[in-house]
Amino acid sequence: MDNKYKQIIGDVPTPDLTYKPSLARNISDRFLTLTSLVFALIAILPLILILSYVLVKGISQLNLDLFLSLPEPPGDDMDNAGGIGNAIQGTLIVTTIASLIAIPIGVGGGIFLAEYSKGDSFSQFIRFGTNVLSGVPSIITGVFIYGVIVSTKIIFGSNFSAIAGGMALSILMLPTIIKTTDEGLKLVSDDLRTGALGVGASKFVTITRITLPNAFTPIATGVVLAIARAAGETAPLIFTALFSFYWSSSIDSALNPIASLSVLIYNFALEPYEAQNQLAWAASFVLVAMILFINLLTRILGNLADSKTGQSNRK
Amino acid sequence: MNRRESEIRYKLRKRTASERTLDNGFKNFSLGMASIVAILLFSILIVIFRGSIESIAKYGLSFLITSDWNPVDDAYGAFTAIYGTLITSIVALLIAVPLGVGTAIFITENIIPKNIRSILSVMVELLAAIPSVVLGLWAIFIMEPFLRPFLISINSFLGWLPIFNTTPVGPGVAPAIIILAIMILPIITSISRDSLNQVPNKLREGAYAIGASRWPTIFNIILPAAISGIAGGVLLALGRAMGETMAVTMIIGNSNNFSWSIFAPGNTIAAMLANQFGEADGNQVSSLMYAALILMILTLVVNVFAQLIVKRLRLKY
Repeated sequence: MDNKYKQIIGDVPTPDLTYKPSLARNISDRFLTLTSLVFALIAILPLILILSYVLVKGISQLNLDLFLSLPEPPGDDMDNAGGIGNAIQGTLIVTTIASLIAIPIGVGGGIFLAEYSKGDSFSQFIRFGTNVLSGVPSIITGVFIYGVIVSTKIIFGSNFSAIAGGMALSILMLPTIIKTTDEGLKLVSDDLRTGALGVGASKFVTITRITLPNAFTPIATGVVLAIARAAGETAPLIFTALFSFYWSSSIDSALNPIASLSVLIYNFALEPYEAQNQLAWAASFVLVAMILFINLLTRILGNLADSKTGQSNRK
Repeated sequence: MNRRESEIRYKLRKRTASERTLDNGFKNFSLGMASIVAILLFSILIVIFRGSIESIAKYGLSFLITSDWNPVDDAYGAFTAIYGTLITSIVALLIAVPLGVGTAIFITENIIPKNIRSILSVMVELLAAIPSVVLGLWAIFIMEPFLRPFLISINSFLGWLPIFNTTPVGPGVAPAIIILAIMILPIITSISRDSLNQVPNKLREGAYAIGASRWPTIFNIILPAAISGIAGGVLLALGRAMGETMAVTMIIGNSNNFSWSIFAPGNTIAAMLANQFGEADGNQVSSLMYAALILMILTLVVNVFAQLIVKRLRLKY
């Protein structure tokens, strides 16, 4: 046997399969692995630094007053900048307005792409347009709404308003919602659709009773993440919703300038007064805590729901 | 069961008029909602273009290459902001691409246990969830004062280079670049990670089987296979960097005086809009709209390219 191999392949040394750490390629491999580890550590370093500073600087100022009182105009009182109550309220109002606009449009558009379009050029264009719209800088949506709504005073003669701010934010949320609806519906098995149509359901009934409920988890996850992202946006609000030092107490406040956490942070961070800067840190803590809480919660719930449906599919 | 019996049991019926209206109405509703995307995109372009017509007529293309921005003399040129937009986003990209792709390789290769990998991956995504204005606040009060001594020493050693020839005194282009790099890192990492994950494992196994070690496999097999996704992600990140507003506005110094140096205060188009648009009037509004139009075109081109690359170079496996 051995001789026969030697005739064919010549005299080769017996292969040595032990790992030799000193080989050049092993050294360079270890070096590169270490480099990638260092890169990964550098990549998460900013998150850790930012979160710890926001935590340290924000948590010391947490008290009930912060949530219940109004911010003081800069320069009035050197030691006390007041609270962020109206900014929290304003962020909730503006984000709600944005969601009320963006969710029906986004889910409706996503349903069209996933359920009705047959890959024709119109739907390709809409998909392309959705991607392009998601790349439009957020400040441009602010300029756009300023040009269409604020400067023309088209909504009951009011210029800067909660509604204008909500509209600007809704443009940012729209692409995410369309994409997650489209992709979520595509994950629903076609068997369910044909089954429903087979027993005589109309397309409308099939979509509203069968496919949408089955795609609920991914769509809801996408929508909630879009809302969380919108809640932290500033650029579309600075010249649409502006800012206010008062509570929004009646229904007309939708037509008046309104405060928001993100604009409060921006305005007060640039003030030369220490008290206002501190309030900006406190507002950052509240905003980051809200957004990260929503993010982690939806991820965990989404994963739970995924593993559940995964099990039921396997049965 | 004979035919008559089955006809009695399953009575076929036509859809009623109201059912048909509902069905068609729903289809048209969803079509309308989908069309809003296209309408929005075109109206954004039209509104910004119409707003900038006056300034385009007055300053023409010289707007792009002059750097006066003086509301008192009514002289407007956006070169400072255009240069700022390009230099900040490109240098930020040069920093973030190696870090992001390196991190994505670290997360997708079998280097550390899976649990730790998914924790890393979630952390990178959480970085993307932090609002830009909070990053700006951190950049003003923590990052910039911390970095200033390092920047000053770079200036004292390399100050003979035009891009380093001013002494850093506070807000400026360099801290803006670093905060931008931090902001686009999660996009590059998560898109690279997704495209690396899509490379079939048999390619890796094949390379290992013929004796390649880990990194030659990554450089010669895995990265080339995932290049389309990574390139698309890098372009998307470039688009994001060019349009990023709040953190940059807060740290870049908002100066309209042109300087080649990255240690001097500067401006970007987005920062200029955030800063001046609320209080501008007359020709300034129109000139800001013109600048916004330039930004819109820049980001549109980059985004369209990103999509074409992803489509053209889609994985063949």
